[in-house]
Amino acid sequence: MSAAPPSSPAPSDPPATLSRPTSARDVFVTFMLLALQGFGGVLAVAQRVLCEDKRWLSRDQFVELLAIGQVLPGPNVVNLAVLAGDRFFGWRGAVAALGGMILLPLAIVLALTALYLQFADVPAVAGALRGMAAVSAGLILGTAIKLAASLRASPLGPRLCALLGGATFALVAWLRLPLLWVIATAGSVSVLLAWRALRHARARSEGAP
Amino acid sequence: MIAADALSVLLPLFGHFLMLSLLAIGGAIAVAPDMHRVLVGQMGLIDDAQFASSIAIAQAAPGPNVLFVAVLGYQAAGLPGALTTLIAMMLPSTTLALAAGRWGHARSDLIGVQAFKAGMAPVVIALLAATGWILVAETPGRLHIALTVAAAIAVWLTRIHLLALIAAGAVVGALGWV
Repeated sequence: MSAAPPSSPAPSDPPATLSRPTSARDVFVTFMLLALQGFGGVLAVAQRVLCEDKRWLSRDQFVELLAIGQVLPGPNVVNLAVLAGDRFFGWRGAVAALGGMILLPLAIVLALTALYLQFADVPAVAGALRGMAAVSAGLILGTAIKLAASLRASPLGPRLCALLGGATFALVAWLRLPLLWVIATAGSVSVLLAWRALRHARARSEGAP
Repeated sequence: MIAADALSVLLPLFGHFLMLSLLAIGGAIAVAPDMHRVLVGQMGLIDDAQFASSIAIAQAAPGPNVLFVAVLGYQAAGLPGALTTLIAMMLPSTTLALAAGRWGHARSDLIGVQAFKAGMAPVVIALLAATGWILVAETPGRLHIALTVAAAIAVWLTRIHLLALIAAGAVVGALGWV
């Protein structure tokens, strides 16, 4: 009884008083403004703006779209923007969200790059970029460590997760194998193991009184 | 630049990034090792320092991190290169996201869908870690590694704004310490 999975939405969820964007232009401008606030990643800003400021999405909807964006290939936050825009105005909304997210930041980052290339010979500028590169490697490593905590809930169990993750890391970081090969081997083994674990879990829960 | 020469660079880039787009589970950064393999190793269009600086510039600028792909393209082949890599990187994945988002909406109970999510999770996270590792390994130096480790710990354990961390790296680097 106490082990029953929470299969229905929690009744304590506050009633949704969600709003909607007024037009595809509204979608474009909103995503542009939130992308411009996102230094070192847009996801946190997107959650704040879409769920709390604009109230276009509930947190549940945000997590749902993000999950799809993460499972599928492509930049998560861009996938999320496309899916959100699509929900409101179909493909027009998707294009508006994508354009808002990308166009102005693209112009800014290319201008920064051109500036950097002009001043790359100045030792302080080259040094600054080296320092920033070291930090951004750290940001990626730190994010990976943070995300690894989410594996605790994995049906694969911690040991298999560590084994599969370690094997993937070794194939890419040390053996430098092409990604397609790594996903075809480590990825498919991992998905098969997860499928087996889930099927066992289902059989157990169905067989239980 | 002669048009034929440009095309002989842009077309392979376009094709390769189209493929990477569909492999980039976990974001474009997850396939950065493969971009490195092709751009630095195979095609020799940019060097290690340019590769690392592309990611740093995109991190320092506002907007989604996927824009580092455009910076890589820009350093490899100018503005046409930037548009080539970015469009190729996003076209297949966003199309797939739209189609699959509509398709999978009602099917999240399928065991296959759940197995895919659960099975890919450790692989995706390991790919992220490998990306960070490759970026560290390409740039030797003890202080450089110390800075990376410090940043990783700060992201992991604190809520310091990522921009503040990037700025700290810029200052440390400008002073010539790394």
